[in-house]
Amino acid sequence: MTIQESKRLWVSLGVGLFWFLMLLWPLLGIKPGGLEFSETWAVFSKIAVAAVLIVAVYHLRQAGVLDFIGTPLVKASEAVGRGYQKAPTWLLLAVVLAAALIYPQFAGRYGNDVAISVLIYICLGLGLNVVVGLAGLLDLGYIAFYGVGAYAYALLSLHFGLSFWTCLPIAAMLAAISGCIIGFPTLRMRGDYLAIVTLGFGEIVRLILNNWMTLTNGPNGILGIPRPDFFGYNFASLSSLYYVILGIAVFTVLAVYRLNHSRIGRAWEAIREDETAAELMGVNTFLLKLLAYAMGATFAGLAGAFFASRMRFVGPESFTFLESAMVLAMVVLGGMGSIPGVILGVLVLVALPELFRDFELYRMLVFGGVMCTMMLVRPAGLWPAKRVGRRSEEME
Amino acid sequence: MNQDSRQPILELRNVVSAYGRIRALKGISLKVFDGEIVTIIGANGAGKSTTLMTMCNVVKAVEGDIFYKGERINDVAPDQLPTRGLCQVPEGRRIFPRLTVTENLDMGAFFRRDSAGIKEDLERVYDLFPKLRERRRQLGGTLSGGEQQMLAMGRALMSRPRVLLLDEPSMGLAPLLVKQIFDIIATINGQGVTVVLVEQNANLALQCAQRGYVLETGSVVMEDEASALLHNPDIRKAYLGE
Amino acid sequence: MDYFIQQLINGLTLGGVYALIALGYTMVYGIIQLINFAHGEFFAAGGYMGVIFISWLAAQGVHPYVCLGIGLVLAMLYCAMLAMAVERLAYRPLRQASRLAVLLSALGMSIFLQNGLMLTQGQYDKAYPTEITAGGFQLGGLYISYMQCLIVALTIFLLVVLNLLVFKTRIGKAMRATAQDKVMSALVGINANHIIALTFAIGAGLAAAAGIMVGLYYGTVSYSMGFVPGIKAFAAAVLGGIGNITGAMIGGLIIGMVEIFAAGYISSQYKDVFAFIILIGVLYFKPTGIMGENVDDTRV
Repeated sequence: MTIQESKRLWVSLGVGLFWFLMLLWPLLGIKPGGLEFSETWAVFSKIAVAAVLIVAVYHLRQAGVLDFIGTPLVKASEAVGRGYQKAPTWLLLAVVLAAALIYPQFAGRYGNDVAISVLIYICLGLGLNVVVGLAGLLDLGYIAFYGVGAYAYALLSLHFGLSFWTCLPIAAMLAAISGCIIGFPTLRMRGDYLAIVTLGFGEIVRLILNNWMTLTNGPNGILGIPRPDFFGYNFASLSSLYYVILGIAVFTVLAVYRLNHSRIGRAWEAIREDETAAELMGVNTFLLKLLAYAMGATFAGLAGAFFASRMRFVGPESFTFLESAMVLAMVVLGGMGSIPGVILGVLVLVALPELFRDFELYRMLVFGGVMCTMMLVRPAGLWPAKRVGRRSEEME
Repeated sequence: MNQDSRQPILELRNVVSAYGRIRALKGISLKVFDGEIVTIIGANGAGKSTTLMTMCNVVKAVEGDIFYKGERINDVAPDQLPTRGLCQVPEGRRIFPRLTVTENLDMGAFFRRDSAGIKEDLERVYDLFPKLRERRRQLGGTLSGGEQQMLAMGRALMSRPRVLLLDEPSMGLAPLLVKQIFDIIATINGQGVTVVLVEQNANLALQCAQRGYVLETGSVVMEDEASALLHNPDIRKAYLGE
Repeated sequence: MDYFIQQLINGLTLGGVYALIALGYTMVYGIIQLINFAHGEFFAAGGYMGVIFISWLAAQGVHPYVCLGIGLVLAMLYCAMLAMAVERLAYRPLRQASRLAVLLSALGMSIFLQNGLMLTQGQYDKAYPTEITAGGFQLGGLYISYMQCLIVALTIFLLVVLNLLVFKTRIGKAMRATAQDKVMSALVGINANHIIALTFAIGAGLAAAAGIMVGLYYGTVSYSMGFVPGIKAFAAAVLGGIGNITGAMIGGLIIGMVEIFAAGYISSQYKDVFAFIILIGVLYFKPTGIMGENVDDTRV
């Protein structure tokens, strides 16, 4: 880095911090009672110090001063990577699965609770991954299918007394059908229009759940949903529920893995990379896109049905746009199109906030910030998929 | 030649530029001297337009140096170059389709602040291209190909260029119009504007220019006086259809 | 009949607000083909800044209408600055990136800003001083509040100013030129980054004005108020043909009217659904919007 560049960097940091101060102060410092600066200063000074440190580290790294730390780290991570590649895949998977199986024996109530929500989000994330990561369709109303699944189980079990295991496939199917209903009019649209239309559909579903009093009991939601049982054994405890969702999650992982490596998966990827070319090669893009929607919705439906039975309650507030954004953030953070990536993304965004309970309020703020930052510094995600290109229509 | 001892107004030294991993220019060196018309000829895909876009920094040179008026301009932003008198009429004219003819011309003088001078230049452009005066309230996108070419050149003239880069001014025009455009290029050059002319129509370009460069797959394969190139049997065979 | 006219007036008020927000979407989309998800947040931030500045000025004993004027200008400036910061940090570095990346970055920015507002301003609604928002007059069987008059007048004023700016000034022409051809506009000496930042600033300023108006009309603002009006305004922009300035104004009016009349005559619970249905219907049947591509001189 030349002296000029470094000077420019620090000057823009200074301008940026001043700009930030000008934006922050009216929010914190102007009160009807008068003007004050202490609170603004407290927040600003922390952020300014952090920003200066980040730029300084960046600067030192560019200058090569940090090589003595960085180089061993890179070497170590490479070594781990090599080890990972040498170890047989089945062994790694067996270790992970075994750990997952014995986990409830060591975790308490709280640990199980967190693990269950991690597994639910894994199903959701992998389902959305089919739509966004494989087929390249940005869906911002994905949580609607989760809602459909949850309400399907709630209503069927309460009104018709159907068991959880009967309802599970029905919920999945209903979610898939609603996926098709939403997909049918929207799939001819271009990427960003599709995003906003799916968002609109998601909101419509939420509004219907909220207002159709006779069916959904409106904002009060539905109470007293039964837990699953199996030939008389009732899955009442958290640890037993954990195994149910673990089963669903493993099924989801296997299904998505198989899909990814099938003809259909390759066709989806072809559509993602270049829709026109795929169509010219004889891929029925419309049908396959619809299928991607339906498949993605299926997994959300499964997760939704489980969610209803686990909470024993469903209400429209669980299916807001923010939930959609959260699932999307997990997929993006982990790496679109990559199964281990999505699982990693879920772990980071569900489990880490649990560790920092004190910062609960800042959770969504950090979410938004992380989403932006990821797009800037590592758009392919923490654990990128192996086969990802760029849509040819976007290359100029 | 004593030309090499003079200071060129625009010079490329071993310029390499690339689109992604594909290298479009593989080390081009060329010189343009004040007041002359230089033409760059070559087949489709030889890198002629890329050369002009690299001169304007729209395509960044990954290697080599670009000098303009003795100063290295590799790091100058493309929108700063017109203010220094380096101006391009790109391939396909790129008229602003939903601005009127007058507005298009006004955009050519965007960075200028002397409204009296702009007005004067507007009249000058209208005198040079009377067709444009007739159509001044029409949207740029509704003009015919020849009119668009005139508008594009007029727009460039509005910035009072020292060096004008013209990319395929004859493309898609009727022969009569082509002749008219080339006459105007000579007129502009006569007013002291240096012209770099990229052309498919090698015959016309070499007749109009003083010197020429021949480009082949991203490299300069020949440079000479235009008249010499015009009579070079290889050139005649490859580019003049004989 | 009175009821109908009353609804018409309410629809006009709401439509004006949507039109102002829709302009920001349409201008930004016109210039960089990005759906600026954070735009609704500029609207919300405007509403909050209005409360903050106006309450402070009112507490200093300034005349209510002077408070309103100064508060409006300051809030618009604030949101313009905010939008420029957002553009610089979250969008400009991604100019060459894929569409999906920019869209996700915009989404992240939207969540970030919304929660930033919540953290600094609290989770509960904030109220405008009532001495400003109260008051109105009876006209036949109609009740028209002063705020409604103000909103309609201010909307018209801002729309006229914007039209003059975009279609008559040099900077407006440069904006349209950049929207039409970025490379060429650079070749004539227009700095695209400056123009894009300016576009964001103008759009956010208009959204801020809309935020204050909504705050004045309903009396309160909340941190999540940007989301639903944001989508509706986007629907308005699409309805008018995205990128088309006149279209956004007309689209805003239509969406506002439809919402008010649907709430009044069909179902108030589902009033939000109608805007979404219009959005989906337009995108499905006529993605170029009602203004279409033929009437193209008001596209930026």
